[in-house]
Amino acid sequence: MAATSNNSPALLDIAEVSKSFGSVEVLRSVSLKVAKGEVVAVIGPSGSGKTTLLRCVNFLESYDSGSIRIDSKEVGFRPGPARDSGARQRRSERDLAAMRAETGMVFQSFNLFPHLTAAGNIMLGLTKVRGKSNAEARSIAEHWLGRVGLAHKADSLPAELSGGQQQRVGIARAVAMEPKILLLDEITSALDPELVGEVLAVVRSLAEEGMTMVMVTHEMAFARDASSRIVFMADGGVSAVGPPKEVLAAETTNERLRTFLARFRASHF
Amino acid sequence: MLGQIAYALPFLAEGFALTLWVSLLVVVLSLIAGVVLGVGLVYGPAPLRWAVRIFSDTIRGIPILVLIFFVYYGLPAVGVHLQSFWAAVLALTLFKIAQVVEYLRGAVASIPKGQSEAAMAIGLTFRQRLTYVIFPQAFRRFLPPWINGVTDAVKGSALVSLLGITDLMQAINQVIGRTYEAMPLYILGALLYFAVNYALSLASRRLEQRFAFIRE
Amino acid sequence: MGYTLNFNLIWRHFDKLWGGLLLSLELAVISIAIGIIIGLVLAVWYVSAGRVVRGIIASYVEFIRNVPLILLVYLVFYGLPTVIDLAYSAQTSFVATLAVYSGAYLVEVFRSGLEAVPRGQLDAGKAIGLTPWQRLVHVRLPTMMRITLPALSNTFISLFKDTSVASVISVPELTYGAQWINFNTFRIVEVYLVVTAMYLVTGYALLFALRLVERWYRTAR
Repeated sequence: MAATSNNSPALLDIAEVSKSFGSVEVLRSVSLKVAKGEVVAVIGPSGSGKTTLLRCVNFLESYDSGSIRIDSKEVGFRPGPARDSGARQRRSERDLAAMRAETGMVFQSFNLFPHLTAAGNIMLGLTKVRGKSNAEARSIAEHWLGRVGLAHKADSLPAELSGGQQQRVGIARAVAMEPKILLLDEITSALDPELVGEVLAVVRSLAEEGMTMVMVTHEMAFARDASSRIVFMADGGVSAVGPPKEVLAAETTNERLRTFLARFRASHF
Repeated sequence: MLGQIAYALPFLAEGFALTLWVSLLVVVLSLIAGVVLGVGLVYGPAPLRWAVRIFSDTIRGIPILVLIFFVYYGLPAVGVHLQSFWAAVLALTLFKIAQVVEYLRGAVASIPKGQSEAAMAIGLTFRQRLTYVIFPQAFRRFLPPWINGVTDAVKGSALVSLLGITDLMQAINQVIGRTYEAMPLYILGALLYFAVNYALSLASRRLEQRFAFIRE
Repeated sequence: MGYTLNFNLIWRHFDKLWGGLLLSLELAVISIAIGIIIGLVLAVWYVSAGRVVRGIIASYVEFIRNVPLILLVYLVFYGLPTVIDLAYSAQTSFVATLAVYSGAYLVEVFRSGLEAVPRGQLDAGKAIGLTPWQRLVHVRLPTMMRITLPALSNTFISLFKDTSVASVISVPELTYGAQWINFNTFRIVEVYLVVTAMYLVTGYALLFALRLVERWYRTAR
């Protein structure tokens, strides 16, 4: 179903992106293309740059060089000559906001707005960014809350919800904006083990409907079952990429990947 | 003795009213200016941040009485003539602004970075993020210490008596000057200040409980 | 506006300011020393006392915290001698007032510090057979000190600034010195600039020193 070949037009095109925090190079010339409808899982040891890469895609972090395009539009910078010569111009605040509205993001720590109800969390972007009426936004919010199994919690505050429920609201908040691409940043890492399943079930159903997703995850089994491709990152670069079966194969020749998987299996199975 | 004090009650009431009026002015003016400068301190460009930081640290580092004298005696010397009432209000307000700035900074700083990021991720602009996400939350954390600090404004207002303004403190001193009933009048004054401030601190405690849910 | 700064007269009378600063510090130090004793005794008493005593201590704290310092200063200096047969200098009167004033703030500081000592530590003290007094001196107070030291520093800095109120009963501390020079030389802006600087430098130097002490205290034990 999902396209995996590299010559189909890419929805997300990350080209030679590099970034440093001070003297630490967190991303080294990372390139990755994601086609519409693809589900890409990004795995790798902590500190490998996975989360930073994801945060660059909606420009929560800036990057030093290279380009990130969604639907062939550069994310954080205005189109112009000589991107790498220091002449790059950051998009205006308004432009950036508009670009970010095209990508949805779900956070490890949920980041629900604690002063708004579940429905209110979803409605905020719909009314203020999409310009929908309150009534319309409310019905969209209720629709998505129903989709994540929380129709009855529409008027609950985040503090009244369990972690799993909060994260499902977090997903609903992101997808209600009808983003072109959904970014998931270790969305189950902060959850108690018994709550992970309910959140992954929601992600799986979104994948089946053709939502384009890039997810940073530690859930190897989920990455294997739900993604069309797996990207293995190490030391700020893409170390291996391919279909789950290939990347997760025990007999891989990639030294780094083998160590990572071995360590992972030792601690998780 | 009681007769003499009863005779002075209307005069004391006027002083008390002035104390409340000065306090109210200071509280309202400092709230407006303090919030503006506080936002400047948190989100402004570097020169503004530095200016507010220096202002706040200087004001909070000197006695309020020195600030009152500085403004009252210093402004006329450089050609600015204010009625003593407004000089007093200005000095107390400057002092209170520094407090409000710090409360605001603290309230905004206590909001996790993830809130801002989540707001960015759904495409809210800077102003929208402040209006719909940051301020509603910061407000709940700002309010209790701020109301608590209102008592400081009421207590600080007693210092304006030193500029010859007939607030409650000055009214008491004047009545004592005529009746020589020092102890009963000071106690009466203390009870009046206490009544106002205690009511304020009870209110702040109640608000704190009411907003407790926000801290998860 | 046509006002030219001239600091010569300030330097000529600088002894007034320097002496005033030293007196301010002295007033603050003596007051907090007495205030600490008041605060400690009442806090320890409070946490082990019945309702009546708690009520009385709480009333003292609430009363002092909600009344302007200047009124308390007047009350003790001008009011009290009219009802009790005692004669004291303005300086003594002010120190007594500021001590009682700081005591009220410190009761709160120490009380919350005492209550923050983990239950387990007290149980451990009990388990090794310490008497209640030994538990207080060897377990509760040292832990409490560590918790309350920052608040204690802050209280001291505020007291140092509060000593300026002593000028209203003519105690010749720093603010009084400033007023004296103000009225006698009319170099108003200059004297307040200098005095502001003196309060700032002293206050922040004290704060810095106290933070060092706190750090030393945290690591030395």
